[in-house]
Formats: sequence, C-alpha cells, structure tokens
Amino acid sequence: MKILVPVKRVIDANIRVRVKPDQTGVETANVKMAMNPFCEIAVEQALRLKEAGHAEEVIIVSAGPEKCQETIRTGLAMGADRGVHINTETTLEPLAIAKMIKAVAEKESADLVILGKQAIDDDNNQTGQMLAAIMQRPLGSYISKIEKNHDGFAITREIDAGLEKLQITSPAVVTTDLRLNEPRYASLPNIMKAKKKPIDIVTPEQLGVDISNRIEVLQVTEPPTRDAGVMVSSAAELVDKLKNEAKVI
Amino acid sequence: MDYPLTEEQQMLVDSVRAFVEQELAPHEAEVDRTGEVPDELGAQIKNKALDLGFYAPNLPASVGGGGLDYKCLALMEREFGKTSYGLHGYVHRPSEILMVCEGEQIDEYLKPCVTGKKQEVFALTEPGAGSDIMSMQTKAVREGDGFIINGKKHFISSPVIPDFAILFAQTGVTETPRGERKLVTAFLVDAGTAGFSIELGPKCAAQRAYHTWQLTFDHCRVHESKILGEQHQGFELADQWLRMGRVWVAAGCCGKMERLLGLATNWAVERKQFGQSIGKFQGTSFKLADMAVDLKASDLLVMNAAEKADNGMMKNEDAAIAKLFASEAVGRAADSTIQIYGGMGLMEELPIERIWRDARLDRIWDGTSEIQRHIISRSLLREAGG
Repeated sequence: MKILVPVKRVIDANIRVRVKPDQTGVETANVKMAMNPFCEIAVEQALRLKEAGHAEEVIIVSAGPEKCQETIRTGLAMGADRGVHINTETTLEPLAIAKMIKAVAEKESADLVILGKQAIDDDNNQTGQMLAAIMQRPLGSYISKIEKNHDGFAITREIDAGLEKLQITSPAVVTTDLRLNEPRYASLPNIMKAKKKPIDIVTPEQLGVDISNRIEVLQVTEPPTRDAGVMVSSAAELVDKLKNEAKVI
Repeated sequence: MDYPLTEEQQMLVDSVRAFVEQELAPHEAEVDRTGEVPDELGAQIKNKALDLGFYAPNLPASVGGGGLDYKCLALMEREFGKTSYGLHGYVHRPSEILMVCEGEQIDEYLKPCVTGKKQEVFALTEPGAGSDIMSMQTKAVREGDGFIINGKKHFISSPVIPDFAILFAQTGVTETPRGERKLVTAFLVDAGTAGFSIELGPKCAAQRAYHTWQLTFDHCRVHESKILGEQHQGFELADQWLRMGRVWVAAGCCGKMERLLGLATNWAVERKQFGQSIGKFQGTSFKLADMAVDLKASDLLVMNAAEKADNGMMKNEDAAIAKLFASEAVGRAADSTIQIYGGMGLMEELPIERIWRDARLDRIWDGTSEIQRHIISRSLLREAGG
C-alpha cells in the first residue's frame, strides 16, 4: 500500500497572526511558518500504518511556493520516504488543491490519502471532502481511529452525536481529527536523513490542473476586541442581562 | 532565535523545543520544589532522548553518538537551557574527554556512556581548588603497576550516582621558567573501588533538582591501565573540555533569556495599571528593549564561538567572552523580568523566580565571571607582550 499525505505550510500556531495594513490578507513576511498541526497528525498516522507493516511507502505532497519544500522536509524528518512539491506562487483554493492532489494520487497509485481535517489558517475544512468526491472514493472525515483490514479500513469518526464506526473500502480518503494520535518528534538521525530524501517538483500545468481562483477576497480584518466581562451579584441579575442586554434567552 | 539557520538546524531546534516543552518543562516546577527527579521520570526522559538520538549528540557517529557540529550543539543547549538542568541532565552529553579512551577503555567507559548504560562525572573541583585549579590537593602516587589516590572532590555534578569518575589528580611537579608547576593526570575510577566513596553534596539554591556529589579517595588504588590519555597530560585534557563547556553555558543562558523576554513582553501587554498596559510606560518598555539587545548580542557571541570551534579556530577568549556576557545578561534579564512582574515575579506559581535563582549559577559554574575576565584580559596583555 502507498499512502499519500498532503500537507500545508501555515503560520506557526504559536505566532500571533497580524492583518496586513492594506487588509488584503495576513502578514506572512518574516513570520515563522510550520506544518499545519492536523497535517502532522496525518503524517504520524501514515508512518504508524507503515511501521505496522500495512504500507510500503509514505509520500508527502504540498502545493505552494518554493518554501513549501521546508514543510515537506519536516514530514521527511518525521520518517516519510519522499516528497512531491507542486510549485506555484498563485494563491490556492481548496478545489484547485483537491484537483492537484487527485492528479498526484492517481500518478502515484496511492491506496490511501490522509489529510488534516482542516488547516489552522483558513479553517476551510474542504479539501479532503472535495478530493474524495472528485476521485469518487470513500471518505472518512474527522477520524479518531483507523485500522487496516481485509476489506479496507475500519475507522472511527468523531461526530456531534458521539463516535461513529464505519468500514470503508480501499482506495480511500480520510481526514484526521485532533485525537487520532500525538505526532512524534523528529529524531536526530531522521533529521539528518531528510535532506537526502528525494522531492519531485511539478507544476499545476504539468498536472493539467486549472488553478485560477473562483473566490475574490474583499477584505481581511482583525476580529473585534472582546469587552471585559462584568461580575453579576445574583442569578436573577444574570438572567435579566441574558434576556434584556445580550438577548440570548 | 533570529538567526539564519539551515533547514536541518531549524528542524533540530523545532524538534528539541517540542521535546523540552512536552517532556521536560511540565515537570520543572515539581522537581524544583522537591529537589528530586523521580527515578521513573528520569528514566523516561533518558529513554526518549536515546530513541530520538538526542542523547550523546556531541560524540562522533563512529562511536554511536549524534555527530553534531558545535553550532547544532549550541542550538540544542539553548533549547534545553530553558528548563531545569535537573531534567536536562538526563539527556546526557558525555564528556568529550572520553574520546581519548584506548583499548579496553573504549568498551568499558566510552561506549556505555554513549548508550546510556553508564554515567560519568568530571571530577576536577576541590573544596580548596575552585577557580585556582592548580592548587589541587588530590594526589596519585605511583606504587607498582598502579597508583594510590588520596584527596577530596566536591561540586561534582551528575543527575544520578555516577558509575565512574574522570578524576584529576596531581602526579608530580615540573620546573618552568615561572616556577614549579603541578603535573596532573586523569584517571577512570569506578564507583565501588575500595577507598572511593561518593556522597550527595549540599543543597543548592539554584538548579535545585540537579545534584552535586562529594567524592572521597582514601588510599584508593587504581591500576595504571585506568589512566585516561597520557600521564601528566590531564590538565591539557581538562582545558579542552572546559572551553566548550563555557559555550554551552552561554547557549543555555540565551534560552533562559528568550523565555524571560517572552514572559516579560506578554505581561507588559496584559498587565494594566493607571488605565493602560504597563508596556506603555517607558520604565517597562525600555527594560524589554535592553533585554532584547542583550539576548541578540549573546546569541551572536555563542554562534560566533560555535562557528569558530567548527572551523578549529576558537580561542579560549571566544568562549570566555560568550560565557561572561551571556551569563551576566541573563542575570540582568531575570532581574528586569521580576521588576516588570512586580510581586508576582517572586511567587512560586510562576517560573520566573526559579529562572532567577538558576541564572545566578551561570556566573559561577564553568569558570566565574572573574575567571572569564582574567582569560580575556590575559590574552590581550600577552599579545601586547605583557
């Protein structure tokens, strides 16, 4: 089995994100970037499936500018075998990314694609679902458990009502929830090996994918600052405020 | 750190930082309070470090070590410096002196230290010989095919009871143009050797979870095969090791400073007095600016010393300058951070008072500030013929 893990380069989760003065987006120049945490969970799961003897190869793919190769290397330093970089300076939307991943997954004959359920920058939560749809493959979104078996994969999904257990056939697409695993630290030997692992570079054109944008960003603004809370002296006062000031009950 | 790192260096920093934040830092307050690292926790940290290749990163890959260069080692020390040395001690960096092990010494001492099977201590300091190391009283007197050792060592640090000591003892004297000079030899002395006893040292206000040991040698006999390196060359060996140790202390100071600056800056924004964030008052903000300057300068001095060491160009004074500046800067940074926090800065609930206590040690161990100034000024004067 071959596992493909698409990863996204995002602003490091510990960095305070700032909106650009012209309100066209957020400031990314000279800002520390890192692999999207949900993507790290996806890489970890792929490595665990490989270590359990279910997969022969784990391939990391990322789309974006040249710096994305650093993010791919992070996955290689965790233990993945090789990378594919889809090189483009264009701002990418989920559908375009899904189409490009589809092209790579087909070229690589990947049996399983594991994605983070969403990226912490745009929080779109769309790519995995779109990918499964256009590839016409079974989708297991928000999984907190996955096991390989004869018929495909036994998965557990985190849904509003609790946990949902499903059996899906292979090949498949799954997206990871937070509780699936705790990603490993890159070990010193693997960090040193990462540089020697190959990264293929392709362009959207070579993959035959039209990545032109369908969405226009009008304005990006800071979230409104929260007012300080107030202490209420009684339950009655709380109910009164919820009813008449906040108008939520 | 604001410094141009290679991809590997950045990945190493990220991985070590995550390891420190998740495996060590959550325990730092508790081990400081009790003054002990529970055996189970120590073993857990050590085993994870071994799995990740963070253990013995300084020794060459040819003996099973990490084979890292000095720059990478400095980056690691910087991350580990952010937390308790009592915990960091379990991610051991064996003494590079062990690389001069020969013959059976390699399998008996060097390799077990790389795999974590044995833990050594570096036994140089004595109650009467601190900065003035040549006033060493411990003597090893030749008797047949061995030596009889008598003397006392203290402040010998190790997180656990050591398996053996790299002991420095006087083995003779030589005449030099500047008078008589002691000749020192390094010995490998196993714990349990008759006449060699190890006791826990006194409690320390800084790095409370880290232990120092007192080693007593009372007619302790060691075979001549336990000489490490050449006879009478022990001081030259020790000197090489002490130089890099100073750079590691300086790197740890940078880690502490980065943590302090982060804490102080956040507090300066969050804490409101007189109707505004205290960072709006220059009495606060200028302290932050000074800390940032101190941190940057310290980082540059450390990376410069490490880079020179990687190129075989580092001089004693390069390490001394980095150690002197960074250890004094972290003292200022800890003091300023407490001042910005006010009373809260001294409360045990926050890590600041602990870092403040720990940072005090950095101006003392691996050579006091005065010794560093002596090294720096001596090199200037010697060059000028003084």
